Amino acid sequence: MDSSILGHFGPYGGRFVPEALIAALDELAAAHLAAQSDSSFQEELNELHKTYSGRPSILTDAKRFSEYAGGARILLKREDLNHTGSHKINNVLGQALLTRRMGKKRIIAETGAGQHGVASATAAALFGLECVVYMGEADTKRQALNVARMKLLGATVVPVTQGSKTLKDAINEAMRDWVTNVETTHYLLGTVAGPHPFPTMVRDFQRIIGVEARAQVLELTGKLPDAVLACVGGGSNAIGIFHPFIDDKNVRLIGLEAGGKGVETGFHAATISGGTPGVLHGTRSYVLQDKDGQTVESHSISAGLDYPGVGPEHAFLNDIGRAEYRAVTDDQAMYAFSLLCKSEGIIPAIETAHALAGALEIGNELGKDATLLINLSGRGDKDVQTAAEYFGLPL
Amino acid sequence: MPTALDDLFIKTKKENRAALIGYLPAGFPTQKESIEIIKSMIDGGVDAIEIGYPYSDPVMDGPVIQAASEQAISNGVGVDEVFDLLKISVAYGAPSVVMSYWSPIEKYGVAKFAEAILSAKGSGVITPDLTVEESETWRAESDKNLLNRIYVVAPSTTSERLAKVTSECSGFIYAASLMGVTGTRDAVSANASSLVSRIRSTSNTPVAVGLGVSTKEQAKVVASYADGVIVGSAFIKIIQEHGAGRSGLKKVKKLAQSLSEGVRDGR
Repeated sequence: MDSSILGHFGPYGGRFVPEALIAALDELAAAHLAAQSDSSFQEELNELHKTYSGRPSILTDAKRFSEYAGGARILLKREDLNHTGSHKINNVLGQALLTRRMGKKRIIAETGAGQHGVASATAAALFGLECVVYMGEADTKRQALNVARMKLLGATVVPVTQGSKTLKDAINEAMRDWVTNVETTHYLLGTVAGPHPFPTMVRDFQRIIGVEARAQVLELTGKLPDAVLACVGGGSNAIGIFHPFIDDKNVRLIGLEAGGKGVETGFHAATISGGTPGVLHGTRSYVLQDKDGQTVESHSISAGLDYPGVGPEHAFLNDIGRAEYRAVTDDQAMYAFSLLCKSEGIIPAIETAHALAGALEIGNELGKDATLLINLSGRGDKDVQTAAEYFGLPL
Repeated sequence: MPTALDDLFIKTKKENRAALIGYLPAGFPTQKESIEIIKSMIDGGVDAIEIGYPYSDPVMDGPVIQAASEQAISNGVGVDEVFDLLKISVAYGAPSVVMSYWSPIEKYGVAKFAEAILSAKGSGVITPDLTVEESETWRAESDKNLLNRIYVVAPSTTSERLAKVTSECSGFIYAASLMGVTGTRDAVSANASSLVSRIRSTSNTPVAVGLGVSTKEQAKVVASYADGVIVGSAFIKIIQEHGAGRSGLKKVKKLAQSLSEGVRDGR
């Protein structure tokens, strides 16, 4: 058996799903493979990037923020400027094109912070597809603005009341819908987790971030960055910017996980820093689980990182030492959030603020001669309420 | 060496009928009560028992089993309760297997899990989300411990794949009657009989049909073409509605009796 066909990354990845889904996963893997080598698919996707989502995204030299990061040069890859406000659109447009190629008329998606749900609803409107988004009930409350956006775009939002009422349970419900409606429906998974081909396919659609950024940094500075930083929940923005640098052995790849109230407290979502290998949502990776293999609830101020699993390729990159993963607490993230607002005039997503907190830490470790490339994965409009509450601002 | 489950299907074949297989999550609604429910199922005529390992993320299960599993987990049910109930069910006279998502098995240790099933005199394990491609360790350990390996196949399973998966099965092949999750339905999908006949053309292993069977009439229809009829949510619903006291247990036994008549009237 060719392990690459099954989407393994060392001991991680693979497929742990009901047999009912295998035919659909095979169909999707074949469609993805065919599209990769089909120039008309790539042209159409590139055209959408250029004329719809606004690629290439720019690089911003964050000079004032740098003063707080040990003087290290901080280059921000501005995925927050994409249409719909985050990197999620990159993957969604690719999968929407595949959906059309497979002749399916309905997409379903899970969402935590709502960014992937909004991006999916957007693509569904653009392509004339029916769209149902599953969202944990707890998340529909803390991301009410994104729920309204999805509805405005014509999607149906289903609040999920099972289990922890967050992203993990939204994925369970989406899988149940998919098992039932697989003939007509594509599951537009938003991150690099889940059964094969999702981790590979979503990575391929997000690689554009790193491909662009690598060339932009080279052009601006004449050399590669010393480190590339990104926040990691499921890990799609991180793998997107890391992947084109994997062969550049001198470039450190650093993923920042959601440390919540601190990994030692148990209230966190830092899956690699604080979890163990296991199986969740169709893939083997690091998971937050107890001794019986039950998934443990994750905790983070950021809905988009509040997930007890992580993409299998990150688990592998961690184990072979090619990438490193650190946890950032809610408080550290919110400090960096505020700092970027006031030093650069950019309100980042709280997810992204974890990467910025990492930049402060790594910048101070490496000093002023270092160049750090940060994936500014999303903007913070959706987080204004959460941030205002955190900082005690009257609304 | 044949397991007790293998022997059951030899016996039911001789009797020219389908076997009735009942499912219950361990520790639902409590461990003590789940013991009584299993006994009532067997008293009523259930031939074999599936003990469910309650899991936090049961993507193949509908609302009834989800709620039952959540309740069991919140009662602190874990691997010890699963093996205890398995032991009790076997000792009470029914060939029994464990049905578990893969996560708990891998966490416990695949070899240790297989050994524990054998030492409880269980016949095997149903693994609803373990694909044959990921089964290398499980294949070795289940062989070593003489356990039945039961995979679930679905109407969407291609014929090529059906041959591959069913060749890995023993005890019985679990045929999902429809594309969907567990739960009671008004009618058994017509997909079930065509799936069973597709399986028959590639395998001689007994085929049991599950998903959506809850009444005597449905059991009778399925028993006309399958070797086994699996009922789960219908038993759980009784307990959710009537509790596991005397009246609930009586209703469980009555349902088992009526289903048991159904599987005997099928041919």
